[in-house]
Amino acid sequence: MAAHLKKRVYEEFSKVSQVTLEEVPAKKLRLTKPSKSAALHIDLCKASSPTDALQHLLNFARKPVEAESVEGVVRILLEHYYKESDNSVRLKIASLLGLLSKTQGFSPDCVVDDAINTLNSEKSNQVLAQLLDTLLIIGSQLPDKIAVIQRLIDVACKHLSSTYFGVRNKCLQLLGCLGTVDKPLSKETDTGPGAQTSPVRDVQSVISDFFQDQDPRVRTAAIKAMLQLHERGMKIQQTIYNQACKLLSDDYEQVRSAAVQMVWVLSQLYPESIVPIPSSNEEIRLVDDSFGKICHMVSDGSWVVRVQAAKLLGSMHQVSPHFLEQTLDKKLMSDLRRKRTAHERAKELYASGEFSSGRRWADDAPKEKVDTSGVNLIDSGACGAFVHGLEDEMYEVRISAVEALCSLAQSSPSFAEKCLDFLVDMFNDEIEEVRLQSIHVLRQISTHITLREDQLDTVLAVLEDSSRDIREALHELLCYTNVSTKDCIQLALVELLKNLTKYPTDRNSVWKCLKFLGARHPTLVLPIVPELLSTHPYFDTPEPDMDDPAYIAVLVLVFNAAKSCPTMPALFSDHTFRHYAYLRDSLSHLVPHLRLPGRKQTAGSGLEVSGVGSGSLESAQNFLQDSLIRVSALHNLETPGAQDLLEFTIRDLQRLGELQTELAGSADFCATYLHCQLLLTKALQEKLWTMAVPLCLKQNAKVSTAARQILDETYKLEFLYSGLETQQIATIHNVRLQAKALQLILTARSKQGVDRVLGVCEKFLQDVESFQRLFMIELPHFQDSFVEKLLELMPRLTACKPLDLVKILQTTLRQSRFIHLKLPEQIHRASATIIEPTGESDNPLKFTSGLVVALDIDATLEHVQDPQTTVKVQVLYPDGQSHIIHPKPGDFRTPGPGRVRLITQVYLSHSAWTEACQIEVRLLLAYSSSSSKQSVSKPAWNESMDGLPSSESCIEGTIHLSKPVKVFIMPKPTRR
Amino acid sequence: MPEIRVTPLGAGQDVGRSCILVSIGGKNIMLDCGMHMGYNDDRRFPDFSYITQNGRLTEFLDCVIISHFHLDHCGALPYMSEMVGYDGPIYMTHPTKAICPILLEDFRKITVDKKGETNFFTSQMIKDCMKKVVPLNLHQTVQVDEELEIKAYYAGHVLGAAMVQIKVGSESVVYTGDYNMTPDRHLGAAWIDKCRPDLLISESTYATTIRDSKRCRERDFLKKVHETVERGGKVLIPVFALGRAQELCILLETFWERMNLKAPIYFSTGLTEKANHYYKLFITWTNQKIRKTFVQRNMFEFKHIKAFDRSYADNPGPMVVFATPGMLHAGQSLLIFKKWAGNEKNMVIMPGYCVQGTVGHKILNGQKKLEMEGRATLDVKLQVEYMSFSAHADAKGIMQLIRMAEPRNMLLVHGEAKKMEFLKDKIEQEFSISCYMPANGETTSIVTNPSVPVDISLNLLKREMALGGPLPDAKRPRTMHGTLIMKDDSLRLVSPEQALKELGLSEHQLRFTCRVLLHDPHSDTDTLGRIYTHLKRVTEKSPQSIRRSGSAAGSRGRREERSMSAPDRICARMLWDTGGGSMTTALDGTGIGVAVKRE
Repeated sequence: MAAHLKKRVYEEFSKVSQVTLEEVPAKKLRLTKPSKSAALHIDLCKASSPTDALQHLLNFARKPVEAESVEGVVRILLEHYYKESDNSVRLKIASLLGLLSKTQGFSPDCVVDDAINTLNSEKSNQVLAQLLDTLLIIGSQLPDKIAVIQRLIDVACKHLSSTYFGVRNKCLQLLGCLGTVDKPLSKETDTGPGAQTSPVRDVQSVISDFFQDQDPRVRTAAIKAMLQLHERGMKIQQTIYNQACKLLSDDYEQVRSAAVQMVWVLSQLYPESIVPIPSSNEEIRLVDDSFGKICHMVSDGSWVVRVQAAKLLGSMHQVSPHFLEQTLDKKLMSDLRRKRTAHERAKELYASGEFSSGRRWADDAPKEKVDTSGVNLIDSGACGAFVHGLEDEMYEVRISAVEALCSLAQSSPSFAEKCLDFLVDMFNDEIEEVRLQSIHVLRQISTHITLREDQLDTVLAVLEDSSRDIREALHELLCYTNVSTKDCIQLALVELLKNLTKYPTDRNSVWKCLKFLGARHPTLVLPIVPELLSTHPYFDTPEPDMDDPAYIAVLVLVFNAAKSCPTMPALFSDHTFRHYAYLRDSLSHLVPHLRLPGRKQTAGSGLEVSGVGSGSLESAQNFLQDSLIRVSALHNLETPGAQDLLEFTIRDLQRLGELQTELAGSADFCATYLHCQLLLTKALQEKLWTMAVPLCLKQNAKVSTAARQILDETYKLEFLYSGLETQQIATIHNVRLQAKALQLILTARSKQGVDRVLGVCEKFLQDVESFQRLFMIELPHFQDSFVEKLLELMPRLTACKPLDLVKILQTTLRQSRFIHLKLPEQIHRASATIIEPTGESDNPLKFTSGLVVALDIDATLEHVQDPQTTVKVQVLYPDGQSHIIHPKPGDFRTPGPGRVRLITQVYLSHSAWTEACQIEVRLLLAYSSSSSKQSVSKPAWNESMDGLPSSESCIEGTIHLSKPVKVFIMPKPTRR
Repeated sequence: MPEIRVTPLGAGQDVGRSCILVSIGGKNIMLDCGMHMGYNDDRRFPDFSYITQNGRLTEFLDCVIISHFHLDHCGALPYMSEMVGYDGPIYMTHPTKAICPILLEDFRKITVDKKGETNFFTSQMIKDCMKKVVPLNLHQTVQVDEELEIKAYYAGHVLGAAMVQIKVGSESVVYTGDYNMTPDRHLGAAWIDKCRPDLLISESTYATTIRDSKRCRERDFLKKVHETVERGGKVLIPVFALGRAQELCILLETFWERMNLKAPIYFSTGLTEKANHYYKLFITWTNQKIRKTFVQRNMFEFKHIKAFDRSYADNPGPMVVFATPGMLHAGQSLLIFKKWAGNEKNMVIMPGYCVQGTVGHKILNGQKKLEMEGRATLDVKLQVEYMSFSAHADAKGIMQLIRMAEPRNMLLVHGEAKKMEFLKDKIEQEFSISCYMPANGETTSIVTNPSVPVDISLNLLKREMALGGPLPDAKRPRTMHGTLIMKDDSLRLVSPEQALKELGLSEHQLRFTCRVLLHDPHSDTDTLGRIYTHLKRVTEKSPQSIRRSGSAAGSRGRREERSMSAPDRICARMLWDTGGGSMTTALDGTGIGVAVKRE
């Protein structure tokens, strides 16, 4: 076969060279593709020196090779390989072989033999290593050819005895990637000249032999190979545990780093097996032992290892609580006297009911004398691992330690309680990322913990931080925090109000925080209500200002607490009730419904609303289904009454969406779809179709707007909603095609001249084709639909003239059936609200024309997929000028799942105006239809795509994502 | 046996005037050259007469190494180099070289100008001394002479503090100077690689202390300052100019930045400004945070901290003032303290230890009325806080360093004898290495076991490789045969043949024989045959050739001659290479009387 292929290549080659040399007519050139292999062959033959050849190879590597010609190229390369005497060229050829084997659609099993043959004659160690690498690539391309794999493994075992570290490395890598544990290596291995002894051995023991190799790089490769085996799902034996533990004290950091992983893997595989403690008779569980060992690595000399160790600790959930709690233990000592840590002191002070004084010098004076023999200075096992990790000099280590703490605390409430002090301490870290991370972590474990007053005090101190992210993270944390006493509530409130006065922009966040705080601790709020509302048993107190954000904050706290505490409203004064009514209306998301005595009416109506809001998700869902079924009973929308039904259903669905937030996405989606259908039907029923062309210009306009609108709606349907299935997308595309057909017909009717229509027709046909390509599988669902009919007629359509096409389209449009929408499970509508600027300001933003002014924008996005690339900010000036600004990826923050916060600045500039005027700012969702298609597989050669045109029908556009906000600006003329 | 000898001239079981002499591989090195804060007489400086009674030190010392700029580590340097006399190289890191003369000059001014001492070094002497300094970079190996090399490691503690590795041949010593294993706000943690020195000389200031997390301390400090400032009070922080002062500045600066505070922070001027300048320059010596952010903003360019003017002390409103000196015994800090002491809203925070007798010590012990000069008394109403910020490694830190470096011996200096004792026990117990703690003037010698490098011929190596095993195990010694040639200061291991050839000798063979008398009436050939079969049976090895008289062939042979005098007696001469002893016993089995006689 090889010979045959070679012949073919030469044929090809000779053909091409003929073409290039003898200049055969151009027609023939187009038929024969210029062959890569031939060109390469010529280049390589011409190359006078190794450097030249290398250059050619490098150039060659930059261009892609099609799957068909790969084999030819490989042959050429191999031929040159045998001839070549220069190591570097051979090395490059070997690496090219590997690259080529990765080409998609090419099966490399035909080159295996040759590649193995080259190994035998190769003298240079570096080339040998590269060849093994190539074999590795080939092997990983052929995962199910057991014979090939077996041969490769044999080759690897043979070369394991090489004196060059690179070769050993690659062999180990190969064994790791291809070897199997359950099957012992076959006997053939031993017949090879390299391997002398060892009867039947499995891959694992072969690899583990190299744990003691003299070269650290080989040791690392051996561990990595073992890890690779594990990753491929092979069962690794426990026997290597001791070896792996020894490697933890290796001199080289990469070995230690790999060994830490190895130990961790083993601890996950055999957590319960028992290992002896050296130098004693005791035995402990393996997971505890390895936990201790990894903890030890947290104080390693190399920070890479420390990061690794700290990270891995977080995933060792099976460890015994006793060992876990040791990680936070650090015995303090001063002049051989036992000293209590600041944490312990704080706790004691709290317990004794005294406020932390710390005013005396000897406050932390050491107490009892330490028994010198009992002090163990070297941490045995897990002792204080996290104490060290959290104090580490590198912030990477600290962050991983914080994350590990989080993950361990989530699985162990008692540990969560213990690590609280340490996490709170991290709020004062010098690097903001660490502070932020520890606040997030505390939030995540907050279900397990209750903050003491002194701890809360420290937490609240961070509220004054100038970084908005930190403050908001802290608000988020307070939402989930449990506190223990009423003083804590008061303390929190005071600090939050302080925060509010210092940073008024935090208003929403603070209110929200107080809402949760109140709802969580009704009994703690109750005793301080009179104080909070400053009521007096005998005297009337002045009515507070309703617009004061601080007063609103207090009310939010009280009302939310009152929700689950029916006795509280009795403490309210008259104006509080009035304010309640006002707030319930204006800030309904913050103020819950209260059952107030003597206010039956409002309560009644409120009850109804809340009843719908909470209990009837199922019934709403049923309602949605029912209305869809009702609509689907319609087959022809032109029947009388059908349109009315549609209109009612649309209205119902829209209302449902407003009432039931969970179903808003689905309901909106259906309503929009039905609306499209309605528009389409109406457009088709217009009189103009029966009228003569010149008479119907006015109607024409009406229909064309309808078509336009349908198109827009379909884009919204496709890109604004997440969670769509392919079938729905296909349905949407169907509607879009209909709208396009409508447009085409209109163009044909209104415009004279065939040329213009021709272009539009071609475009339309392309669309139809791409539909067919994309939704081949979905076609069975489209019986009697517009698309199906079109596809049936396709052969005719491509052949016929534009005017005939238009006619056909017109009839098909009218005949086609209305496709029913299958409701997908989860649909969410992407939405955005701009919080800042509010658009209420009457003070214009003044700046000198020609210069820029920065406008802060703060918005929340919900259910937007990949916001970094799709969300843009649009600024619309009164003169119609519109700017689209792409926010930086760093401006998007994710406070919770499905929620994204955009905090960015846009720069405004304009020429001078005579008076202040409003500009509009809004968020846009950019889409391109190419992105919705199936993920474009990345070509193996990364530069290969630049020549090809990107997919032909790529539609780019934007959808409005939020309501516009008006900003008053005033560019002043420059002063000379 | 070669040995390393260590003699502390200062800092032996003591804190202050660090000065340690090390002799290693025939080289003499002086580590640090400090002064003692506690004395004002001759005891202030190390006793250099230990090295030589009269004359200069140059010929006795190969080099001097200064670990960092604190006066108890470099204070005696101009005295030693200019007044006693030393012209050799002095090694210190770049920041130390920059800041050291500032401190020395300050020290000189106080002693000469304020206290009026004479016979002290002059400014010119400091300059001359600094001219002898050779700067070091971190992890740079400096060749002092052909055999002696030194290398600096990061030590934390203060800007530019270094640990030094001194190496002669395969013997090495690491001297830590002062170091800190936990990072602080402006410096990182000490680090050393696994260099396995023969001796690690470590400071042991906090030998018996395990410290709490520094975060609690920092938080307390910030909280106290913040609360006072919010109340409208004034905060006085007495500091010494360099080291902790910068850390506290950074701490407050970042806190002010974070919390958006507006109250002014002042730093009383003096040498601090000059020093701050150097802190700005040596960014590479600071911690991760400062190193990473200095491109946007150098953390030492304080936004909120301004220079203090005497008149500011009377300004109304809250403020924070750093003032020198640190123990409130004189100078600006005391002046300000007097002004502010009467108001209970104010606060003084003592960030370090105070010596007995100073105002600082008195108020820390809760004294409410202070007697000032001129009989005036001062009511102390302001709050007094104590916060310890110290940058020495605690007991755990020391152990951690030992674990990092894996030394073969330990030597403790720069600490109190009683505390050292404890740590010494611990080290010996937990690492099972010997640990020393010499007093000043006491010499400790440590026997080393240096490895001697030998060149081995490649051919021999290859031959050995071919002989056994797949690959030599790097971790295990392996025996091999060869000839060691010691010629002209070089050691070589070659194959015996080559050695013979090189030395022009011919090969000699040694032969060991012994004579065995046999009583056997049989004929010669018969006897021979019997012995042969028997031997063959017993020895299991390839049968030895047996010859009737004549020289023996092969490794084992036998020559036999029948004595004329007694015909039934045969004298067999046995020749063996090794293990012939068992042969004689084996012969017993034949029933032939045997008498063995060694020849």
